[in-house]
Amino acid sequence: MAETPVLDVPVQPRPKVAMRPEPIAAARPGPPLWLLCELTYRCPLHCAFCYNPTDFARTAAELGTEDWLRVLREARALGAVQLGLSGGEPLSRDDLEPIVAEAHRLGFYINLITSGVGLNEARISALKAAGLDHIQLSFQDSTKQMNDFLSSTRTFELKSTVAALIKKYEYPMVLNVVLHRLNIDHVEQILDMALRLGADYVELANTQYYGWAWHNREQLLPSRSQVERAEKTMQSFRERVGNRMKIYFVVPDYFERRPKACMNGLGSIFLTVTPDGTALPCHAARMLPLEFPNVRSASVGEIWYDSAGFNHFRGDAWMKEPCRSCPEKSRDFGGCRCQAYMLTGDAANADPVCDLSPHHHLVTEAVERAERPGAGSPQLEAGEKPLVFRTERNSSTLFGGRDR
Amino acid sequence: MNQPVIDATSRPVIERGLRLQWEAAQNAHVLLYPEGMIKLNTSAGEILKRCDGAATIADITADLERAFATSGLSEDVIRFVVMAVDKKWLKLQS
Repeated sequence: MAETPVLDVPVQPRPKVAMRPEPIAAARPGPPLWLLCELTYRCPLHCAFCYNPTDFARTAAELGTEDWLRVLREARALGAVQLGLSGGEPLSRDDLEPIVAEAHRLGFYINLITSGVGLNEARISALKAAGLDHIQLSFQDSTKQMNDFLSSTRTFELKSTVAALIKKYEYPMVLNVVLHRLNIDHVEQILDMALRLGADYVELANTQYYGWAWHNREQLLPSRSQVERAEKTMQSFRERVGNRMKIYFVVPDYFERRPKACMNGLGSIFLTVTPDGTALPCHAARMLPLEFPNVRSASVGEIWYDSAGFNHFRGDAWMKEPCRSCPEKSRDFGGCRCQAYMLTGDAANADPVCDLSPHHHLVTEAVERAERPGAGSPQLEAGEKPLVFRTERNSSTLFGGRDR
Repeated sequence: MNQPVIDATSRPVIERGLRLQWEAAQNAHVLLYPEGMIKLNTSAGEILKRCDGAATIADITADLERAFATSGLSEDVIRFVVMAVDKKWLKLQS
């Protein structure tokens, strides 16, 4: 009997982990389709909105090249196919090229997530030859002054040069700009700049409040009117440029009434390996009061299928009310475990972004505080309570990090 | 910008930056793109794997009809290519 092609292709939109959620109580999870390797916490930038842990300075030594190659082989054998190489700044590793080459040989689609610092023609040419598929370049803002202030370094001109290199080596040009109170009013200029640089995709990613961003939340959370203005600006820009440049606007979840389906549920498709080899079901999950395995002492298969840290939030047995009996639980999995933990002290609670959560007021109060006068004035904000930039020194002195 | 005319003589090819790949773990063809993946059903996978920039839509259709011992697929294939070009999965080789 002939099979007639059916043309209803299941299309999942971006952003990020763009795949269909599996049934919530799956006995055995599918493979870790998305592997994120945070190769290093070293970074030439010092962004105040970084999601890296604030105590990164006390983490153990970085994995060596051979460890990373083994992680790649084991994860690929399980079915991992999307690979993110991130950090810190992954270009800080001088073995990035052999790591890319092995990942390519294994059949990964390889995304380099970079600030661009350290990317010169010699390296991009070597990375291209090694099989790198894609580069995501982060920008802090469209103006030199703001870009440099927010990343606490002078990098804007360098990024323009890197953007040109990315085009020259025929990569799709994906710009990522993290939005927050201090730059969200510049969305028009940011998009203009992206268009000038020849970007194919622009991600306007509103800050998610983890790590350094969590510490700086009161300074970074925009007001509701700022968010609405930015969205409107983005919409009219999108209509104007059409298909030429795709714009993704990641809505800040503090302004929502339902939580994000974080990671499509912990342990369903996403696996992060941190610089010291700790394996996490989400790149922020190190904060959770769980024991997470390390690739130095367990295989990726054991970690994914058998470890307590990865099994803990699978299914819905862990859920409390109101999630447990909620008809929407298979859509959003109760939201983000880290956000629940940070805001309520219990990672099994509903994400307080949800207006059904008894802790929802913790989110709305933060948003109300963001309505105070003086929004968008970094100088004034800095006078009240300074932004804490992500530096090794701050990590050590403020957050208990120690020398490695 | 004019929409390209897509007909039986068009020669579609996977867009730059995307990659079509068979994934045994998912028992499916997938289309990989920056930081994302589309899991394809059988038909979409069968069409896309024939889009090499050399074969025309007529060639692709004939090959599919042969492979699946059927006929009358040309409208379906064209409709799929139109959609895939619009989504930037495919472009037309000039």
